[in-house]
Parts: sequence; structure tokens; C-alpha cells
Amino acid sequence: MEQIISKGAKQSVLAYLGTACVVLLLLMIFGLTMRAAQAGGLAIPAEIFYQLMTAHGIGMVGIAGMCGAAIMWYFLGQYVKLSTPIFLLNIGLFLIGVVLILGAIFIGGFASAWTFLYPLPAMSGGAWTSGSAVIYLSGVLLIGVGFLLFHLDTGWAILKQYGSLGKALGWPQLFGNSTADAPPPTVVASTMVLIVNVLGLVSGASILVISIVNILVPEFGIDPLLGKNMIFFFGHVFINATIYMSVIAVYEILPRYTGRPWKSSKPFLLAWTCSTLFVVIVYPHHLLMDINMPTWMAVMGQVISYLSGIPVLVVTAFGALAYVHRSGLSWGMPASLLFLAVFGWAAGVIPAIVDGTISVNLVLHNTQWVPGHFHTYLLLGVVPMAMGFMYYISNNEGSGLDRAGLWAFIVGGYGFIFTFLWAGKEGVPRRFAEHLPEWMAVDAMGAAFAALTILGVVIFAISFLSRIGKIAKA
Amino acid sequence: MQDLAWAISLWLMALLAITFIYVVMKSGDKADASAVQSGAGKIRATLFWLILIAGVPVTMVTLTDLPYAAQSDATAQIVTAEGSQFNWDISPTTIVAGKPVEFHVTAADATHGFAIFDDTMTLLTQTQAMPEYTNILKYTFSKAGTYKVLCLEYCGSGHHVMSAEITVVAAGGM
Ligand code: HEM
Ligand SMILES: [Cu+2]
Ligand SMILES: [Cu+2]
Repeated sequence: MEQIISKGAKQSVLAYLGTACVVLLLLMIFGLTMRAAQAGGLAIPAEIFYQLMTAHGIGMVGIAGMCGAAIMWYFLGQYVKLSTPIFLLNIGLFLIGVVLILGAIFIGGFASAWTFLYPLPAMSGGAWTSGSAVIYLSGVLLIGVGFLLFHLDTGWAILKQYGSLGKALGWPQLFGNSTADAPPPTVVASTMVLIVNVLGLVSGASILVISIVNILVPEFGIDPLLGKNMIFFFGHVFINATIYMSVIAVYEILPRYTGRPWKSSKPFLLAWTCSTLFVVIVYPHHLLMDINMPTWMAVMGQVISYLSGIPVLVVTAFGALAYVHRSGLSWGMPASLLFLAVFGWAAGVIPAIVDGTISVNLVLHNTQWVPGHFHTYLLLGVVPMAMGFMYYISNNEGSGLDRAGLWAFIVGGYGFIFTFLWAGKEGVPRRFAEHLPEWMAVDAMGAAFAALTILGVVIFAISFLSRIGKIAKA
Repeated sequence: MQDLAWAISLWLMALLAITFIYVVMKSGDKADASAVQSGAGKIRATLFWLILIAGVPVTMVTLTDLPYAAQSDATAQIVTAEGSQFNWDISPTTIVAGKPVEFHVTAADATHGFAIFDDTMTLLTQTQAMPEYTNILKYTFSKAGTYKVLCLEYCGSGHHVMSAEITVVAAGGM
């Protein structure tokens, strides 16, 4: 560990990662339960299925955010001065939020799916009380506030060091003729995430407050289409930001193995500036089946979805390939997981872009194609980025068992996502507690692959958690 | 359409996988970094232009026939559909094949999703069913038969039981 980082800061990062390990495994078991229920192998009431689905969705999105935040904060701290108390406040608010959310779901019966699509939280059809809906929404709001403070702190620190957001994105080098070194990739990525996530979180917080007021005072409501736009803008931006934060682990760690530093070249800077814009304006691809949306927004959703693939594939994935190619690196666990993660991200973009095509979305929207593509870049992208970081921070290149876990994760993970994509192609709706008999064979395969994936993650988690005490003291 | 989406996704993912595996296999024999990087720069530029040159026609072709009906068609058969927790209210439920149909879709409470499946459970078309809005979905059934309507937007504990049937009869048979 050549990192210059204070003991307190390091212990805070470990608190994030330790929490992530435990929560991730628990939520994966929820996921396996759902898949087994769809396969008909496990009889659970529909209400419970939808509670598990809500908990799995919101929990995974939150935990992906925590993993991304831990990675970004750890590396960004090398370049700018960050506040440990604010970093800890974020995890504190997160944990309080989690308690509220779990209580609302499993005690109050709340199950609106993580997206709390307005006005569903106020219309339970008898399944939950308005009290539990308010508690759930407040829990999510609390977590959002934590992240907002976290980003404001990174923003403040970046501005102090670099003067402006444009400079931190390397605009003088990109558009001007500055010959000074551009800011390092970590700073560029953190600035991009700062910009998009503040916008997303403000939109999310607004619709959460509106939804809470709507439950308490039913006469107060807003246009449901506006509510939908606000929710999908927030959801889209936040989940994307988790990847853009986590990929910092690739930029920082992979070069230590290849011996080739990852520099902020002009294509790199251009890619990140484009991504900043794309992530903000591409969200209408979630609303392609809303015929009542302006057509130009749907067209923009498709075109920007296509364009979004270019920075990911041509800059990050291609960059990783070029840095690794004939570098003589040895494939320990950190390098293996991070390289696998870049593949997962790039691979997941493909079915996402296909579904971003309006005429394809017409027959794939809200089928299991959707969990198919997003599990590819979350389960097989963000998760291995986080796991790679855990192996790295614990100086662990891995044993034979760890490598076996890696294979279980790869085979299980890809098997799992292909059962979703296949089912989506066959027209199987997503978010269905009960499936038709003809869908169940593929569901059962999905459940088996999921179990194998979880086995891999259990091995990773044990490897990390058994070392966490020693790293904390080092 | 679904099969095409599946095939394209699979082929592109396989191509990507082959590239990654190739690089892993070549990672062991160490070469000079600057030589690799300058070769990579050229490939990157080619790749960028290839994607752009392939992407423009694909975008143009896929955007020519959008499923968004601007105005109502006077000759169409009109079917109204309202989703509510947890059923569909559709009328009429019998329509004629070969003649355009306009579904006027709305919802009474939360948002639902109006999706039509044929007898092999292939998803044919869909739109969102939203409170305060009426979405016009156009479709022409080419075959007589029984079609199924399912809800494709999560709407609560009975989401998966929201199903209804539409009967399509051959032209002249009504
Ligand atoms: C082995 C691990 C996992 C299993 C078995 C699993 C399983 C599932 C299942 C069965 C669903 C519902 C699919 C449907 O709509 O029919 C689902 C949804 C979802 N999963 Fe996972 N999952 C896993 C890992 C992850 C990870 C790592 C993430 C994110 C970091 C994630 C995020 C989500 C989200 C956001 C949803 C959407 C929930 C909703 O529709 O409201 N999952 N997962
Ligand atoms: Cu999106
Ligand atoms: Cu529904």
C-alpha cells in the first residue's frame, strides 16, 4: 500500500466496503429467492415477492452508490483535500435510511418497487399503509441528502484545487491550447459525477418531497408525467453515476499492474465531457413507450443512447485493452476482477443500446430484457470493480480458492444475465411475481446460475472481511 | 424483431468477448508500451469512424417508422382501454383483422402498462396507461385469433394478474 492516506480515512473506507459486502450478499439472496419463486421452485405470496423486489432494487442501487463513493473518495483524496466527517455522515445517513426502508417494507408492507413511480406510493390497493409509504420515501430522501452532502464536499475540494469545473474537466487542454498537464482521470471522473449527480439528486429529492406531501394531503398532486420524468431522470443519473465512480478503480489500480500510467489524453477528456452531457439528456430512453411525450424527446433518447456507447467502448474499454495488451502483467485478483468489470460494463451497453432503439423498445420495454442488460453492467461491472478494489486495498493477490470463486462468479454471472435476456426476447414481463409454466425452465436455470454467482461473491467477501481488521490497523 | 435484437446483441457481445480474451492471452509477452500505444491509437481512430459510419444509417432507418400516432385515423376501429388496480376495462373486445385499430389507453389510479401478446405469448406492441392521459396506440392485426393483454408497468400486489383478452375475427366474419 503506497497510498498516503490517514488511518481514519482508511478506516472510513473500510466501513463502507465492509457494509457493502454484507448488504450485497443479503440482497443477492433476496434476488435468488425471487428468481426461484419465478421458477415455481419456491412458493412465496405475491406481496412478499414485491417486498423483496423493492428491497433488492433500492438496496442494490444504494449499495452500488456506496461502493462507488468509497472508491472515488479513496482515490480523489490523493489529489484534493476531502472531509472525513462528511464522508462518515453519508454512511451514517445511509444506515438510518436503510433501517427506515427495511421497516417500511418488511413491517409496513410497502412495495412500490424502488422507483416509487408517482402516484403509486399513495395507491397501495390495500397492500400498505400511507404511514409506511412516508417512512420509505423519507428513508430514500435521507440517503439522497447524504449523497448530496458527499458530492458537495468533493465539489468544494475540487473547486479549491482546480479553480473551476471546466478546468477540472480538462477544458483548457481539450478546447484551449494549454500545454499544462490535464487533471488526472480520477479528478475528471469525479467532476463529471459531481455535476450529473447533483442535478439528479435535486430532481430525486424534489419528487420524494412531492410524493410525501401527496400522501399526507391527497388534494395536492402533480402531473403524473412530470413525476415520471423527475423519477427516471434521478434514477437514470444515479445508477449511471455509480459506474462512473467505480471505474476510477480501473483507472487507478490497473496501471499499477501494467506499469503504464492511465493519462488524461485528449480523447479521454473529450469522452468524459461528452458523457457528462449524455448522461443528463439521455434519460427519455426510459419513456419511449410514453406516447404522450414529445416525439423529439424520444428521438433524442434513442440517438443519445447510441452516442453514449462510444465513450464507454472507444475510450474506457478500448483504453483498458490497450493498457493491458502485451504489458506482461500477472493476473492476480485485483487485475482480473477490474478487467472483467470493464468487459461487463462494455458488454452490458450492447443490449442496452439495442433496447434504446424505439422500434425495439416497443417489444422489449419492461420485459426481463431490462434486468438482463442492467445486471450485466451492475452485477458484472460495478460489483467486480468494488471487489477488485477490496482485494487491492487488502493487498491480496488471491489464493486458489479466490480464483475458483472468480470462475464461479464469471460462469454464474453470465449464465444468469443470459437467462434474463433470453426471457425478455420471449416476451416474459419483468416484475412478475408469478410466471407462466412455459417460462419456468429458463427461470430455474437463472436461479441455478444465481446460486453459483453468490458462491463466488461469498468467497470474495470472506477473503476481504477476514483481512479487514488487519488492514484497519496497518 | 425480438429475434433480431437477440442475434445482434449476442454477436456483438461475442465479438467483444473475443477481443478481451485475445488481449488476455497476449498480455504475457511483454512489449514496449509506446509501440503498443501508437498501434492502438490507429485502431482506436478506425474503430471510432467504423462505429460512426455504421451508426448513421442504422439510426436513420430505425427512426423512419415510429410507433407514435400523431392524429386519430377516421377509418380505424376505436377500442378504449382503462387500467385500474388490478384489471382492464376494454371495449369493444372483439375487432376485425386487417383493419387498423386505435387503442385509446388510460388508467384510473396508478400507472399501468398496456401490452398485447399473441397466442404464442409473443409481445406485439405496448404503451403506457397513465392517469390523466390518453395514449393512442395504433396496431393492425393480420391474423384472427385470441390475443392477451397484460400489464407491463408495476402497479402493486396484483400487477401480474392484470390480464384480459381481445378477440380478432377475420374481415367479413362479423
Ligand atoms: C446474484 C445476484 C443477483 C440476483 C440473483 C438478482 C436477482 C434479481 C431478480 C430476480 C430481479 C427481478 C427481475 C424481474 O423483474 O423479474 C432483480 C431486479 C433488480 N436487481 Fe438484481 N439480482 C442480483 C444482483 C444485483 C446487483 C448486484 C444489482 C445492483 C448493483 C441488482 C440490481 C437490481 C435492480 C435495480 C433490480 C430492479 C428491481 C425492480 O424491478 O424494481 N441486482 N434482481
Ligand atoms: Cu437510463
Ligand atoms: Cu401492473
